[in-house]
Amino acid sequence: MAVPDTVAARRPAATSPPSPTATAKRRPSRPDAAYWLFLLPGAVLFLLVIGGPLLYTGYLSLTRWSGVGEPRFIGLENYRHLLTDEVFWTSFRNTVAMIVAMVVVPTLVGLVLAAVLFDTIGRRFRPRTAAALRAAFYLPQVLPVVVAGIVWGWILRPDGALNGLLDAVGLGALRHDWLGDPGSALPVVMAVMIWVQIGYPVVVFMAALERVNPELYEAAEIDGAGWWRRFRAITLAQIRPETFVVGLTCTIAAMKVFGPIYALTRGGPENATNVPSYFAYFTFFKRLNVGYGSAISMVLTLIIVVVAVLFIRAQNRAEQRDGAL
Amino acid sequence: MASTLAPVRPTRRPADRHHRGVGRWLVLVLVGAAALAMLVPFAFMLINAFKSPGDYSTNGPLSWPTELYTGGLRTYWEQVDFPVKLWNSIVISGSVAVLAVVVSLLSAYALGIGRVRGRLWIIGLFLLANMLPQEALVYPLYHFAKEAGLYNSRLAVIIIFTVIQAAFGTYLLASVLGTFPRALLEAAALDGAGKWRILWRVVLPNVRPTIAVLLVFFFIWTWNEFLIPLVMLIDNQTQTVPVAIATLQGDRLMDAPTTNAGALLSLLPTILFFLIFQRTLARGITAGADK
Repeated sequence: MAVPDTVAARRPAATSPPSPTATAKRRPSRPDAAYWLFLLPGAVLFLLVIGGPLLYTGYLSLTRWSGVGEPRFIGLENYRHLLTDEVFWTSFRNTVAMIVAMVVVPTLVGLVLAAVLFDTIGRRFRPRTAAALRAAFYLPQVLPVVVAGIVWGWILRPDGALNGLLDAVGLGALRHDWLGDPGSALPVVMAVMIWVQIGYPVVVFMAALERVNPELYEAAEIDGAGWWRRFRAITLAQIRPETFVVGLTCTIAAMKVFGPIYALTRGGPENATNVPSYFAYFTFFKRLNVGYGSAISMVLTLIIVVVAVLFIRAQNRAEQRDGAL
Repeated sequence: MASTLAPVRPTRRPADRHHRGVGRWLVLVLVGAAALAMLVPFAFMLINAFKSPGDYSTNGPLSWPTELYTGGLRTYWEQVDFPVKLWNSIVISGSVAVLAVVVSLLSAYALGIGRVRGRLWIIGLFLLANMLPQEALVYPLYHFAKEAGLYNSRLAVIIIFTVIQAAFGTYLLASVLGTFPRALLEAAALDGAGKWRILWRVVLPNVRPTIAVLLVFFFIWTWNEFLIPLVMLIDNQTQTVPVAIATLQGDRLMDAPTTNAGALLSLLPTILFFLIFQRTLARGITAGADK
């Protein structure tokens, strides 16, 4: 099954930022004014839908406003309040949990799974077997995550399928209100997010392995390198660019996660699974505290931008190192 | 899953490296079991989507349905006016896919081929825009949409996602066009083709595979979007497939079989779309990898 991996589409862009050097140097100045016209629709729409609203959210974060009447300017009051807001800190701690569930675990497991599917199953069985297995891992990625969240929410209900399953195998003592107990809600949500996310690295890494010369593996195997040696020396080394891309896109997705939280727990119980994006949504539209919601959003935005820039710089540095070799 | 896979390091293998050995079967069984485990939630959903409420309450979530009950599917279909939701999702996602590709192509033409001044900054800006949390935009968008009379309209959602997807499309296409063979452009210019003509006659045909991939991804991404449609679309006539089921969550209508039936109906279009377009995707991906 040919799986549409979002990253294969993203990869060429992310690993090779447009390099204007060669041609630009040859022809230093022909800035063609006419081309600006082609940029016009994109630029206008961008300012209208992204630039303007972002600045306005920035302004609103300095005000108190319920959404009607005039926003009242209060300076940095909202940000000062954030520093002492328990829920705010909880939500960011939960973001770390989301990064573990959506980046760390899927990337590590995905590396091993992709290598096993490609190197062992793809080559020792038919490639179609590997493709079919890959599709099973990837399926949750193409579905609306909210709908998947609703199915999981029902499975995890006190009278849902998980407890039913425990009863059926004689483990009824373990029955639990999985999402209703503040102690278990976060780990359970993390498990669901691993399920959602795992297929993405698998597909990207398998696509990456396609471009690794198979003779490398053959040669290593003839030289007596075991699975683990081949995994470390060939697989990991060859697909490092993809690892960066997966790390970046998944980390950003983890920091922005909203739909699954909305469908599974709405941030509850007792904020045990609250995350910044849900906290902001709730503050905007349920508590009608637009200024405060804007402040939460701006902090989240700032963190995401910083993380993205750090990632991209690290990747560029690694590429330069490789280039120097 | 990690722990089940870790011990799978197939040990020494006999000289014939292909199609031999017990280890490979062990690996297949373990990975196969993990893959099946991924599908368990769908199996639960399928079984319970075809149960009557009475069947569910007497026999619980694990039993096989006593009869093939389609009442849940029918209830959900009628109560949420599912065809309308489907149509809304198709209109929004389809329009966004096409419009976002057009906008991306125009911008990328200026950036990748026109090499306008400051293009790296502009491309970086588009890239960052794609990473922004939608919370940072949603309130002003909601407010302005109300002021402009576009609140609760599909048009507002179409415009917003056209821009958000085009931010990514511009970034991707600009980098693809950055390596476009200059000789082709110069030849066309010598033949007297203007910029507009070159874009449609020379550039577009050459990046068609990338465009196809973008179309499909924009469609799926928009289809699955949740926060902005949730905020912008508040009634039966405008909501999309995912928003419809999410806003009904907890409603009295949604007993367990109906919830599962609704989830099944909501997932089917995406699965179908995925199956129909996987070949386009595969073609596009390999084409993109050539560059």
